[in-house]
Amino acid sequence: MTIQLVNKDAQRVYHQPEAEEHYHSGGATMLGFWIYLMSDALIFASLFAVYGTLSRNYAGGPPPQHLFELPLVALNTGFLLASSIVLSIGMQAMAAGRTATMWRLLAVTGVLGAAFLCVELYEFSSLIAEGATPQRSAFLSAFFTLVGTHGLHVLFGLIWLVTLLVQIAQRGLNEDNKRRLMCLSMFWHFLDIIWIGVFTVVYLFGALR
Amino acid sequence: MQDHSFTTTVFGRLTLESLPIHEPILVGTFIAVAALGLIVVAALTYFRLWGYLWKEWFTSVDHKRIGIMYIVLAIIMLLRGFSDAVMMRLQQAVAFGGNEGFLHSSHYDQIFTAHGTIMIFFVAIPLVVGIVNFVMPLQIGARDVAFPYLNNLSFWLTVAGSVLVMISLFVGEFARTGWLSYAPLAEKAFSPDTGVDYYLWSLEIAGIGTTLSAVNMVATVIKMRAPGMSLMKMPVFTWTALCSNVLAIAIFPALTAAFFLLLLDRYLDTAFFINDLGGNAMLYWNMVWMWGHPEVYVLILPAFGIYSEITSTFTGKRLFGYGSMVYATVVITILSYLVWLHHYFTMGSGASVNAFFGIATMVIAIPTGAKVFNWLFTMFRGEIRFELPMMWVVAFMLTFVVGGMTGVLLAVPAADFVLHNSLFLVAHFHNTIIGGVVFGLFAGMTYWFPKAFGFKMDEFWGKVAFWGWVIGYWVAWTPIYIVGLMGTTRRVNHFDDPTLQPYFVIALIGAVIILIGVLGFVMAIVMGIVKRNKLRDVTGDPWGGRTLEWSTTSPPPAYNFAITPVVYELDAWQDMKEHGYKHPTEGFRPVHMPRNTATGVVVAALATALGFGMIWYMWWLAAISFAGILVVSIVHTFNYSRDHYIPADAIALTEGKRAQQPAARA
Repeated sequence: MTIQLVNKDAQRVYHQPEAEEHYHSGGATMLGFWIYLMSDALIFASLFAVYGTLSRNYAGGPPPQHLFELPLVALNTGFLLASSIVLSIGMQAMAAGRTATMWRLLAVTGVLGAAFLCVELYEFSSLIAEGATPQRSAFLSAFFTLVGTHGLHVLFGLIWLVTLLVQIAQRGLNEDNKRRLMCLSMFWHFLDIIWIGVFTVVYLFGALR
Repeated sequence: MQDHSFTTTVFGRLTLESLPIHEPILVGTFIAVAALGLIVVAALTYFRLWGYLWKEWFTSVDHKRIGIMYIVLAIIMLLRGFSDAVMMRLQQAVAFGGNEGFLHSSHYDQIFTAHGTIMIFFVAIPLVVGIVNFVMPLQIGARDVAFPYLNNLSFWLTVAGSVLVMISLFVGEFARTGWLSYAPLAEKAFSPDTGVDYYLWSLEIAGIGTTLSAVNMVATVIKMRAPGMSLMKMPVFTWTALCSNVLAIAIFPALTAAFFLLLLDRYLDTAFFINDLGGNAMLYWNMVWMWGHPEVYVLILPAFGIYSEITSTFTGKRLFGYGSMVYATVVITILSYLVWLHHYFTMGSGASVNAFFGIATMVIAIPTGAKVFNWLFTMFRGEIRFELPMMWVVAFMLTFVVGGMTGVLLAVPAADFVLHNSLFLVAHFHNTIIGGVVFGLFAGMTYWFPKAFGFKMDEFWGKVAFWGWVIGYWVAWTPIYIVGLMGTTRRVNHFDDPTLQPYFVIALIGAVIILIGVLGFVMAIVMGIVKRNKLRDVTGDPWGGRTLEWSTTSPPPAYNFAITPVVYELDAWQDMKEHGYKHPTEGFRPVHMPRNTATGVVVAALATALGFGMIWYMWWLAAISFAGILVVSIVHTFNYSRDHYIPADAIALTEGKRAQQPAARA
């Protein structure tokens, strides 16, 4: 109590002139991007909830166990998980300052991501060819929307990734590019986690029906 | 035939018949709006203000200017939303028995939908976001928000949404489905025209802006507080801004997803919310209300923060029960997420579900009541100065408590079965939104106006606005409560029972009194500008404020604080004044600030075009605009030089001028 009184009477210093005076552009980026990812996670949560509600409403259309080819999905999952591993090795290279290695690993990540998208497009087109279109039943609407929204996110990540490849080639690993890579890597791993949810809830549980 | 397919490709479903030339009310409005627009454009051109507006405002990343632009947008949209309200009151006052009134049902349905949509999404939200944008960084002693460019983009996306709503007035139709556009009525089978598409695209675009803005504000509060400002030394308004924005981040995704699915239903014939193929319309209701109920707390929490700041300033005391105020705010934030189902107790979820949501709803009254007592105890034995902001606070307490009590009444599921969809409900939410949110926002605008512009609003017209709104509110809504309790349903444009007419006539008179309040507020600003030399605030602290925003000049310089303040107490500025603080006159360092950018304006313009193209099935326009948004965003990332330094000399010059001004009121 006495200590506090002494402090109160002491002359307070209301500025720190010696402190570095600048506006912090980078400090909040990671936090802000995390918060954005959480809001994106809630969009997926909504789509999962919709899928959960509608996933047995086949309306006379095909049920999941007749539609999903697990080997194909396993291949797809492999591509996406591998891309995440490659990217995290790339982030190690970034931390070590090995720009060329980082660039190559980022490119490999992109190729694996593109492979994932190609398999997904192939899957979608064969489903549609069989007549299992998004318009066929509420279950299929929810399926295509959930999986397709994830796919669109991967596509967006790919566009971002290619942009960063160009920017790193132009300017190397400066502070801005490093920060962007950190964000991209969070985004990419986030999509991985969502995919694990999709793989389990949609494909595995679906095939078990 | 060839020709026809060509026009379809270019204009989609937009034809000359889409223009409402057969609606005299709309033609008249269009002529008035066009004439007003021409006068504004001509005046801006004549006074050569375009360059100034573009350089200093539209492309600005300064949180204060963006905040002011949000508020200007909201006041313009308020005029539109309020005209809708007056038309509804007029229609309901005359349309009895043989008299059909002047609005046929299709037009009337558009008006009540537009009124609700505009008032919530383009008046209340921009006002709240605008005030938070302007005040919060100043209160935490920051130079700007965490992401200044994103802030500019968020604002312009909100503008894009409101532009689409305004276009719907003159090109095609707006939705006739109520302000949340419930499925299945909003499905293509039942609403095939452009109305619901206007609704969905404008709200999706504006909603993205609001979500991004919320992310920005939360990151700002967490990362950019002045040294010494721990969480429990944050001003209450900053606390409520934080909670409100956390809540916004938690709920807007549900709305975005619901609208996205409805768009898929309408454009790609999916089966989410239709019965035929196993869809479920109540899914849509759940998702929109999972957004919708917390949304009212997104709006009211910052209003609670405003009341707290004003009560403490105008009683000359620290806020009573600061800690309980903070905990009450946090508890309301969490509880508000657990009550959404009370909007449709009649869905048939069963007694246990209804009981849970009913009790959860009633429990919210406890922290809210705690807040009211905190304000009362702050005023108790205080030296209350009844200036304009404080008058709004007292009016709020008297009005809002009634709205709160009717809310608890409606939270009883059994009572709700009777009152569901009645005018009693409509009166209840207007009671809380006008008496809580709107009064708070007026209080806040009056309170911080001198901080933003360097002079106070005109007091006489401010009082006209005050009495117009307060008296008008009670005259307009008391009869609606009564007819609602008697069982009159909402969204009706004609009544058979002539005994109801007197109530609606009184309600109309109330609306006219509110109109005086609306115009009084505009006049308070105009007369404030006219008499600005007399109303000038040279101290930066015109009300004897207690928080950091009053420690800088009015209006604050671009960099807000020449030297970042250090905080020791909750009421940081009061503490500085008590310790004989003097503004520094030397020792300045260059300040690092973000540069202006035009990307936000361009992206929002392209988003408007994208929405318009999608609404009218002009696929080429939509495709080009979408590609444009991608290209502009990517090109923007190639610009690495986004900041500049304000030299120390310039700061010394600005601050030197200030030192010659009289000292602040202690």
